[in-house]
Amino acid sequence: MKLTRFLAVAGLLGGATPLAAQIQLNGAGATFPNIIYSDWMLTYNQSHPDVKLNYQSIGSGGGIRQFSDGTVDFGGTDAPMSDSAIAAIQGNVLHIPTVMGAVVVAYNLQGLSQPVKFTADVLADIFLGKITKWNDPRLVSINADVTLPATDIVVVHRADGSGTSFVFTDYLSKVSSEWQQKVGKGTSVNWPVGLGGRGNEGVSATVSQTPGAIGYVELAYAQKNNIPFGTMRNSAGNWITPSLEAVTAAAAGAMKDMGPNTDFRVSITNSPGKQAYPISSFTWFLLHKTYADADKARALVQFLAWAEGEGQAKASSLGYAPLPKELHPWIESRLKTITAGGRAVWKAE
Amino acid sequence: MSSFPIEGVPPGRPSAETRWRSLVGNDRSDRVYRNVLTGLALALPALILIILGVLFMGALPALKRFGPSFIWTSTWDPVAEVYGAAPMIFGTLASSFLALLIAVPLALSVAIFLTEFSPRWLRQPVGFVIELLAAIPSVVYGTWGIFVLIPFLRAHVVPPLKAVLGWTPFFHGVFYGNSLLAGGIILAIMIVPYIAAVSREVLLAVPGSQREAALAMGATRWEAVRSAVLPYGRAGLIGAVILGLGRALGETMAVTMVIGNRHDIGVSVFQPAYTMAAAIANEFSEATTHLYLSALFEVGLILFVLTVVVNAIARILIWRVARGQAVGSQAL
Repeated sequence: MKLTRFLAVAGLLGGATPLAAQIQLNGAGATFPNIIYSDWMLTYNQSHPDVKLNYQSIGSGGGIRQFSDGTVDFGGTDAPMSDSAIAAIQGNVLHIPTVMGAVVVAYNLQGLSQPVKFTADVLADIFLGKITKWNDPRLVSINADVTLPATDIVVVHRADGSGTSFVFTDYLSKVSSEWQQKVGKGTSVNWPVGLGGRGNEGVSATVSQTPGAIGYVELAYAQKNNIPFGTMRNSAGNWITPSLEAVTAAAAGAMKDMGPNTDFRVSITNSPGKQAYPISSFTWFLLHKTYADADKARALVQFLAWAEGEGQAKASSLGYAPLPKELHPWIESRLKTITAGGRAVWKAE
Repeated sequence: MSSFPIEGVPPGRPSAETRWRSLVGNDRSDRVYRNVLTGLALALPALILIILGVLFMGALPALKRFGPSFIWTSTWDPVAEVYGAAPMIFGTLASSFLALLIAVPLALSVAIFLTEFSPRWLRQPVGFVIELLAAIPSVVYGTWGIFVLIPFLRAHVVPPLKAVLGWTPFFHGVFYGNSLLAGGIILAIMIVPYIAAVSREVLLAVPGSQREAALAMGATRWEAVRSAVLPYGRAGLIGAVILGLGRALGETMAVTMVIGNRHDIGVSVFQPAYTMAAAIANEFSEATTHLYLSALFEVGLILFVLTVVVNAIARILIWRVARGQAVGSQAL
């Protein structure tokens, strides 16, 4: 008796609300873009109450795994999927860059008037364990304006798997053939020397408590926590202080090599741009090329189009580097290829 | 109730057990009740078997690929997909052993003080504060380790240690902070409350007559403790230590924050090390390839087996020691 009445009421409600049916989109992945993704999703939901997006920051690797298993509608990652991982899901994936970040070299040296300068080969040799003292002649020669102490260099790296490590080791692999052969790039690697810290906070805590320590953390994290970080010489030979503008410049500088038909799985470390900060990276949304549900696919594509346009204005204030404007047409053309049931879902608002 | 033929049973004839059994087991609600309880009681052992099974299935690809050499090789290279767990197994055992080395004398002293020497009014507050240590979340211990313990060790503990014992291999090399020593000390602080609390209960359970007998023979307080109280309670005391060891083997967060997370084996306590629990926690979420994931599963399997073996050894020890005199061993 009660049950039938309940069903009747539910039926009435259900019949009365088809127009307001909510589209729920779930995603998971990298922790690095979590702050801006959460902000975007909240803001977007206010202007589009029928679309609700959800993002769980479980790490890039977890995001790729869940996206590949089909348990989420979209993924987020700081390290692009490998060819074999893409082959495992029959190539049904698009990498769409959303914002950019950078990895900075943090250190613990007292009483320096200026940031320490690093070149690519010096940085690689420090992390290979070949340069072990701060007053090594190679460090001293590029840091003529500061007095470096005779203390040991204590390398600190991430102990947990991380996109930050991927970007950093990707850079070292590009600039040092020895690094590429001995260590390689990855979210976790076999570090030749050093202590492991857990997360950006673990690395920065260990660096701050260990005299002579050197480590790497995200630019946004370092800025927010006033951690001193080094200046890098880029491939054009300029000394670049890490900044959001220098990161955007890295992407702009790398565009010529990418070409308009790129799959965006490109690393922009060691970018040729004149003002480019060399340890920069995209962070990506992972989308399927074909979706089963047309409504979901359309909502997702429209959200991304909004994020790539209006959403970019938010980036700098949240500590992320916005994508260069020149990249937008390329991304839009890629979003237009997404289909559901054999038909493109793109529809400009 | 009165309809049960209790009066009809001849007194003393069937054992108390069978008489009791004859009263139950016929009623349907009793049978249901019994089955439910049996099911719940079996659920936990079943759960352990399921965990073991899942770990084994997950570890299968790594077991096939690396075989037993996984246990004694020490390369851990996710890029080249070569995995060996020796440094983690070593680090887990070494940090736990170091923790016991520090914690056992400390915890036993506390327990003996509280039961034998402490004024009565001091027992409660001191005991309470020590047990409070067990309530602190391990991430707090880890943070404290980074910001307080390690700088303290660097400034006040390591220099004299090096000056006196620097010639031994155990205190050799440079101290960077995050190290086996820091991990062992953090673990020791974390397991002291467990060992102290159980030891205190064990010592309290030693009959007063034991002490009185020793004192009557002319023993001093210390001699009474050493010759009468401690031997009487040793089974329980071993149990207390093993309880602490079990906790040390599995501790993750605090250890990973101070031990240095380095896949290396070294006898010096100043060197960074790694533990199995820490490696699983750190690397699991980003383990992207099947073999990587599987290697971490195998690490979990080894940790599981190690814990079971340690507990089994403890059981055997307790049984052997407890033969005849067994204070506190019933509780374990």
